Amino acid sequence: MPEPQCARPRSVAVEAVAVAAAATPDGGAAPGHGAAPEPGAAPQRRSAGSDGGAPTGKPRGLWSDAWHDLLRNPVFVVSALVIVFLVVISVWPSLIASRNPLSCDLALAQEGSRPGHPFGFNGQGCDVYTRTVHGARTSVVVGVLASLGVALTGSVLGALAGFHGGAWDAVLSRITDVFFAIPVVLGGLVLLSLVAGTTVWPVIGFMVLLGWPQISRIARGSVITVKQNDYVQAARALGASPARIMLRHILPNAVAPVIVVATIALGTFIALEATLSYLGVGLRPPAVSWGIDISDASPYIRNSPHMLLWPAGALAVTVLAFIMLGDAVRDALDPKLR
Amino acid sequence: MRGAAPVTRAACALAVALTAASCGGGSGAGAGGPDGVLSSSWGDPQNPLEPANTNEVQGGKVLDMIFRGLKTYDPRTGKARNALAERIDTTDSTHFTVTVKDGWTFSNGEQVTAKSFVDAWNYGAHLKNNQKNAYFFEYVEGYDKVHPASGRPTAETLTGLGVTGPLTFTVKLSQRFSTWPDTLGYAAFAPLPRAFFDHHDAWLAKPVGNGPYEVESYTRGAQMSLRAWKGYPGSDKARNGGVDLRVYTDGNTAYTDLVSGNLDLVDDVPAAQLKNVRADLEGRYINAPAGILQTLSFPYYDPAWNTPGAVKVRTGLSMAINRRQITETIFRGTRTPATDWTSPVLGAAGGYKAGLCGRACAHDPAAARRLIAEGGGIPGGRLTITYNTDTGSHKEWVDAVCNSINNALGNDRSCVGSPVGTFADFRNRIGRKKLTGPFRAGWQMDYPLIQNFLQPLYYSNGSANDGRWSNARFNELVNEANADTDTSTAIRTFQRAEEVVRDQMAGIPLWYQNGSAGYAARISHVELNPFSVPVYHEITVR
Amino acid sequence: MGRYVIRRLLQMIPVFIGATLLIFLMVHVMGDPIAGLCGERQCDPATESRLRQEFGLDRPVWQQYMTYMGHVFSGDFGTAFNGQKVIELMASAFPVTLRLTLVAVAFELVVGVVLGVLTGLRRGRPVDTSVLLLTLVVIAVPTFVTGLLAQLVFGVTWRIVQPSVSYTAPLGELILPGLVLASVSLAYVTRLTRTSVAENARSDYVRTAVAKGLPRHRVITRHLLRNSLIPVVTFIGTDIGALMGGAIVTERIFNIHGVGFQLYQGILRQNTQTVVGFVTVLVIVFLLANLLVDLVYAVLDPRIRYA
Repeated sequence: MPEPQCARPRSVAVEAVAVAAAATPDGGAAPGHGAAPEPGAAPQRRSAGSDGGAPTGKPRGLWSDAWHDLLRNPVFVVSALVIVFLVVISVWPSLIASRNPLSCDLALAQEGSRPGHPFGFNGQGCDVYTRTVHGARTSVVVGVLASLGVALTGSVLGALAGFHGGAWDAVLSRITDVFFAIPVVLGGLVLLSLVAGTTVWPVIGFMVLLGWPQISRIARGSVITVKQNDYVQAARALGASPARIMLRHILPNAVAPVIVVATIALGTFIALEATLSYLGVGLRPPAVSWGIDISDASPYIRNSPHMLLWPAGALAVTVLAFIMLGDAVRDALDPKLR
Repeated sequence: MRGAAPVTRAACALAVALTAASCGGGSGAGAGGPDGVLSSSWGDPQNPLEPANTNEVQGGKVLDMIFRGLKTYDPRTGKARNALAERIDTTDSTHFTVTVKDGWTFSNGEQVTAKSFVDAWNYGAHLKNNQKNAYFFEYVEGYDKVHPASGRPTAETLTGLGVTGPLTFTVKLSQRFSTWPDTLGYAAFAPLPRAFFDHHDAWLAKPVGNGPYEVESYTRGAQMSLRAWKGYPGSDKARNGGVDLRVYTDGNTAYTDLVSGNLDLVDDVPAAQLKNVRADLEGRYINAPAGILQTLSFPYYDPAWNTPGAVKVRTGLSMAINRRQITETIFRGTRTPATDWTSPVLGAAGGYKAGLCGRACAHDPAAARRLIAEGGGIPGGRLTITYNTDTGSHKEWVDAVCNSINNALGNDRSCVGSPVGTFADFRNRIGRKKLTGPFRAGWQMDYPLIQNFLQPLYYSNGSANDGRWSNARFNELVNEANADTDTSTAIRTFQRAEEVVRDQMAGIPLWYQNGSAGYAARISHVELNPFSVPVYHEITVR
Repeated sequence: MGRYVIRRLLQMIPVFIGATLLIFLMVHVMGDPIAGLCGERQCDPATESRLRQEFGLDRPVWQQYMTYMGHVFSGDFGTAFNGQKVIELMASAFPVTLRLTLVAVAFELVVGVVLGVLTGLRRGRPVDTSVLLLTLVVIAVPTFVTGLLAQLVFGVTWRIVQPSVSYTAPLGELILPGLVLASVSLAYVTRLTRTSVAENARSDYVRTAVAKGLPRHRVITRHLLRNSLIPVVTFIGTDIGALMGGAIVTERIFNIHGVGFQLYQGILRQNTQTVVGFVTVLVIVFLLANLLVDLVYAVLDPRIRYA
């Protein structure tokens, strides 16, 4: 994988969030700041400068510059195309898979590929190709929205705890601890059986509810570290408001680990959806998703690995696309690389 | 598709691993011959190991090894024959006189007497002992006094039981029940030693019985070591030195242990491994019929299912299910398509009648479509089959049944599965009459009698009549059959009752479940009894 | 520092009460467990109400909770439905799970951090790409499959290890299960370390250290790694819970009678005593782990101080 070296992971956070959240108005300005500060003496100047200076001209330039960089970066182009493709087939799965994912013939169960059925058939005799394409919608929606929800909730609460410390930290952290105590199985059986719906929303809500404590702890740890840096002290000395320090100096620099965890969690949430279905509290049949197909195929790995490999491959490609997109965007926005 | 490459490689490594795996089998620990000890897979019993409190297979397995009751069921034919009973006499199917064989003792030396039985039964029946199988004594006179449906018990013992000599006792039933003696092989009717009553906790920690095995050590949740009891007076002595029952939390692991030679016997081969079982074990695999019938029950408390039209709909649904294909593809022949409401293990003489269901159980999509349309369609427009997800993988066959129905009706959403997270929740929904569609019902016989397949399930307010089906004609026939002193006419009357079940399609019979087991090369003479439990005492160790 | 620790330990009391109450209520909300005890038939009503009375289920939930807590403080964690004391269950399950968790954490720390440093310093090189692809495999293939695979390859084909873990679960038998259990977390730890290392590798203090002519391994271990470990340590701290209480799949595959399995069984059978007992102990473990993590912050980054 041709990935430029010496990238600075620090700013990836802001970009990835901005991209994923469809570039909020803030998104344009943030990178300029996010890219700047670094622990140590040198960045302090730049940090202070960007803080004091007008954030109008430069970020615009950086943004369009980055855009040009990105378009020249094959990693970005490929991963963006994969994501666009995923979105397209999520919205219109029948574009490339005209069959019905629910029509299955048990006589064909576990058969391998054949003309017209390139991926073969699953244990119920359903076409694996059709189901993989039609499963994209549920899985991508669950994965992306759950990671996004967890990342946002977790980093906000974690950052508050880490930044304010003291009573804030005590209360928020102890609430986190209580949430940690809820076993996923118990939480799923209780919360999801109360809201038995046919949509993905209860499932996503549940994942956010039980997933945020981890990101929150990580964000808190990051903020505690970043808070010690000289540029934060400098900003404070210059009379910046806590909100400004938090949003402009700390958050962009502390968010990198959050993004790393969130992109990987994207994959685990897609799998968790299947676990919930397996427990009988996830999506109600006849829902189609990669997670369900992966979980159904798992016991048959010995005899019919193809049943597992295609949905699992689709999941892997999706996670890969999001990880690489994050890397590419971050590299493009790194001022040190230009 | 960069991500896919390593996955493929991993699968290839797996394929290599598995071909090599097939050469497994071999040597467990310990000596061979009559003193050889074998190891067998086990599940943690759900309840304390009291005979009248054990209502599932895993606890039953142990009780079967350490207890012998008045009757025992032949491992092959399932017929009840006398074990501790010298004879059981009756003239009117209500009053029974039981004579216990002389010379039997518990493994602690205490004699088995008539009192051992009467005390055990009184214990099992009494409400204060919380025995979950207390209802097995419900036909004994005085049951309503020691186990009232509500309020406190007004008696300590069953009035229907009376010790008349060291080895004789009488039983008076509250109704005529001609085949009652044949129910006495069930574990709940086992005799109990004084130690059970006097040192209850110690007994539970290390149960003492009168069977061919005695408990050497028991670590809850992990392992029970049973050793052949040298002083066992019965003819069915253990032909091996003992059995170590090891608790496995997953059938797959037990199977892997068997293939790798760490375990000698697995009595439930996971469905996903059935395709490999012949290659892995080189023929050391048993697939034998067991007294288990899987059905779909219906909620008759829902008026929509209690109409003459609904009878046609149910019959249509039954005809829409391709039983043969599902049993062959999903279960790989460990289930047999059902054609009546009993089980082949009863034998034709015992009341099993292949084909009693007739066309209503044959796959016929066109007729199914027609019947369902004539009956006014599926109530509510969509069939939801409720099942629980935590005990066994029911999802697969429910999905397959639904696909079968969908294909027959030409609508991919006419049937869906409706999973419930826990067995308790599933039972609660059934108990609180909250279901609107069919639900999974598995029935494992308690004793091999046609009565046990019909009365608890379809008699009005029967203990397992979950759908609350009620039919006066059926009740009448069952009463008539129970009162009949001639066994063969009684069975014919039961079959007439079964025909009522068929004509009303009270429950859709799906398939008869087999027991399946795999074993290591060092043991032989492995068989499964009609309860799908290995006949441990006949196993020999090489 | 001492005062900080004491304050944190005091904070455990409300968390303890909050968590037990929450779990107690959750198990209560799941409904009535009695119906599941009688197999495929209705419990007879008399026995059912007797059992309900015996387990205290006939009383209002707050009373049940108070009674339970009263018993807990006198050291009695109650009895499971099968008649086994919960305290015995915990005594057999926790040591095994603790060993398994330690093995898994060791893997995360050693393998994860080494791979993370390697990939962080060699971004874009083949080693980075290979590790990324491995990461994807671990995420996309369920633990059930990786576990089964590992069991078959190492246990059946090569016969290096026993396919299942014996009841006493000695450390040696837990290495393979530990690796399987750690696999998904390894992906997180590796990528977290990689990110931090790549970022810090270009910082001034590392450049200074290199310029001073320090040997490479010293720069990496003393300067680079130490500052990169905070997110990693935080992650592992949060992962303890998942490893200890949520190792259901791994424990099942390798037949380990540990906390994950007992908790899972307890939840499915709605056995309040077992569930609350186990979760209570787990909460204490989380609290201690998180306290430890916070203290490690100060060790890793001397600028962080606790008052």
